[in-house]
Amino acid sequence: MRVVWNDARARIGAVLVLGFVVMGVVGPALVAEPRVGQAPLLVGPFQGGIVGGRWYELTSTSLFGVSVPWVALHWPLGTDNVGRGILEQIVHATPRMLTMIASAGLFVTVLGTSIGALAGYSGGRIDQLLSTVIDIVMTLPGLPLLLILVALLEPKNPVVLGVVLSLQGWAGMARAIRSQVLTIRSTSYVEAAQAMGLSTPTIVGKEIVPNIMPFVMINMVNAMRGVIFASVGLYFLGLLPFSEVVNWGVMLQLAYSNGGLLTVDAAHWLLVPMVAIILLSMGLILFAQGMDRVFNPRVRARHAKTTGDSEETESTETPTRAVSMEGNL
Amino acid sequence: MYEYFVKRTGQALFTAFVVVTLSFALVRLMPGNPADQLRGQLIRNNPSLSQQEINRRVANYINIDYSAPLHEQYLDYIAGILRGDLGQSISQNASVAEILGQALPWTVFAFSVAILLMFVVGIALGSIMAYWEGSRFDVGTTGIGIVLNSTPNYVTALLFLYVFGFTLGWFPTSGHISSQVVPIVDPLRPVATFQFVADAVYHASLLIAAVVITGFGGVALAMRGNSIQVLGEDYLRVARLRGLSDTRIALRYVARNAILPMYTGLLLAFGAVIGGSAILEQVFTYPGLGYYIVAAVEARDYPLMMGGFVLITLAVVIGAFIADLTYGLVDPRVSTGGDAS
Repeated sequence: MRVVWNDARARIGAVLVLGFVVMGVVGPALVAEPRVGQAPLLVGPFQGGIVGGRWYELTSTSLFGVSVPWVALHWPLGTDNVGRGILEQIVHATPRMLTMIASAGLFVTVLGTSIGALAGYSGGRIDQLLSTVIDIVMTLPGLPLLLILVALLEPKNPVVLGVVLSLQGWAGMARAIRSQVLTIRSTSYVEAAQAMGLSTPTIVGKEIVPNIMPFVMINMVNAMRGVIFASVGLYFLGLLPFSEVVNWGVMLQLAYSNGGLLTVDAAHWLLVPMVAIILLSMGLILFAQGMDRVFNPRVRARHAKTTGDSEETESTETPTRAVSMEGNL
Repeated sequence: MYEYFVKRTGQALFTAFVVVTLSFALVRLMPGNPADQLRGQLIRNNPSLSQQEINRRVANYINIDYSAPLHEQYLDYIAGILRGDLGQSISQNASVAEILGQALPWTVFAFSVAILLMFVVGIALGSIMAYWEGSRFDVGTTGIGIVLNSTPNYVTALLFLYVFGFTLGWFPTSGHISSQVVPIVDPLRPVATFQFVADAVYHASLLIAAVVITGFGGVALAMRGNSIQVLGEDYLRVARLRGLSDTRIALRYVARNAILPMYTGLLLAFGAVIGGSAILEQVFTYPGLGYYIVAAVEARDYPLMMGGFVLITLAVVIGAFIADLTYGLVDPRVSTGGDAS
C-alpha cells in the first residue's frame, strides 16, 4: 500500500474515491433529507461569507450523554428554487450513484474478463467468433443505442440502470484481456513456471493476474466513468424517469429547465453537481493509475529501489492508457 | 494485401447486417417495442379505424406490415432501408430520410471541425510535453489534461453557454445559422458563400470549443506517451549518431511513429463523438442528428428514433471501415500480416 501512498496522483485519487464512498454510506444519516420548502428559496452558497457567515453555527450536541461541541450547518451550498438544500440533494443522490457505478463496474469486469480470457485461451473458432462479437459491439455507437433502450425499458432501479448503461463497456475490456492472455500465455516465465511443476492456480495467481490487473482496473474505471457521464447526461436530457433527486443529472436538468443559465442566482445550483461529477470521475482515473503502479511489477521494483522518493515517478509505463482518447461518451 | 481488404470489407458488411437486424429486433421483438407502441397509439387516437387500416398506417410509418409473417416483415424492413426509405416521422410530419438528411451535414460539419482541432492541439501539446518530460510544463499540463478528461463535454458546454452565450452575449445560444443568412455554397458568389460559412462557424463555435476543451487532454497524454516511447528507441540513437538535424528527427522519426498509432483513434473518436452528439446538440439547440434523435425519444416518435439509430450506426460502421482500409495504406506493417487483432 505504501507504493500507492508514495505517488501523489494515486493519493489524491484514493482520497477522492474514499470521500465519495464515505459520503454515500454515512452522509445520508448525517444530512437531512431534501424536502420541498425546507429552506428559503434560492439561497446562495456560504450565505454571509465563508468565514463568519450565517451558513454555520457553533452549537453543542450530546454524544452518549456527554455534551460535545458541534457545528450545525444551514444550507451550506445554498438551496434550489423550491427550497431544497443543494448539499442535501448531492449527498442523498450519492448512494444510488455509487450502487449504479459499482454494479456497472462489476458487470463489465465479470463479462469482460471471462469473455476475453475464454477467447484468448481457447483460440481457434471460438476465438474468431468471440472476437467478431467484440468488434461489432465496440463499433456500435453507444449513446443512440442507450437512448432507445432507456426509452423502451425506463429503468428506475440503479442496479438495472448501471447494467443497461454499461452494456457496451465490456467489449473494450474483453479485447484488452484477450490480447494480454495471448501474450502472457507464450512468455518464457509462464513456461518456466509450468516446467517447474507449479499448479495452475499458483501460475494464474502469481504470474497472470498481476499482469492482467492494470488492464482490468483501467477498463473498469473507464466503464465506470462512461456510466457516470451517460447517466448524468440522460437524466439531464430528462429521458430517464425520476420522481425525486436520484442522480446529480436530475439537479442539472432541474436547474437548466428552470432558467438556471439565465440568472446568477441559480449558478450554484448548476455548478455544485458539475463539480461533484468531475471530482468523482477524476478520483476514479487517478486511483486506477495508482493501482497500476501497485500491480505493475516493473514499476513496483523501481519503487522499492527509491522508497521514500515521492517525486513524480517516471510515467512512461501505462498512465496514458487510463485516459481514453474517444472524447467523452 | 488483397486478402486484408477482402477480410475487412466482409467484416464491415457483416457488422452493417447485424446492426440492421438488431434495429429490427429492437423495433419489433423487444418487450414494449416501438411497433406495438405505435400500433397502440394509432388505435387509441383513431378508435373507429379497421384493423387493416391500422396495419396499413403502421406499414407506412415504419415499413413493417403486421399482416405478413415475421420473416417477411424482416425482409421488407431490410429492403426498405436498402432503398433509403426509413419510414415516416410522426411528430415532424415529413419522411425520416428527409429530416435526417437535412440534419446530417450540420452534425458532420461541426464535429469534424471539432475533432480535427482537438487532434491538432493535442498532438502539438503532447509532443512538446514529451520533449520536456519531467519539466514543470509537463507536470502542469498532465494535471490539467487529467482534469479536463474527467469533465463530461456537456458540462463544459453548459458552462460555455452560461458564460459566453447568456451572460456575456458573445455567441448565439441556439440554431445553426442566423435567420437572415441564405444557405448558399456557390463559387460564383463568394461574398454570400463566405457570409454563410462564417455564420455557420460562428453558430457552431461554442459546441466546437466544448468538444475540443474536453477532448484535447486525452489526445495530448496519448501523444506524450507514444513520443516518449519513440524517443527511447534504438533507431533514434542511430539517427542522432548519423548527425541528422533535430528538425528532421523530430518530424520524420518521432512525430511520424508517434502519430501513426493514433490514426485509428482519430476515426474511432469520430464515431464516439458523433454518437455522443445528442446531449451536446440538445444543450446548444443545434439541429443535427443527435438533436432529432433526442426529440424523437421525447415525443415517442418511433420511426424517427429508429431511423436515427440506424443512420448513425451505419455512419460509424462506414467510418471504422474507412479507418481499417486506410490504416493498411498508411502503415504497411498491417497488410503484410503483422495484423495481430
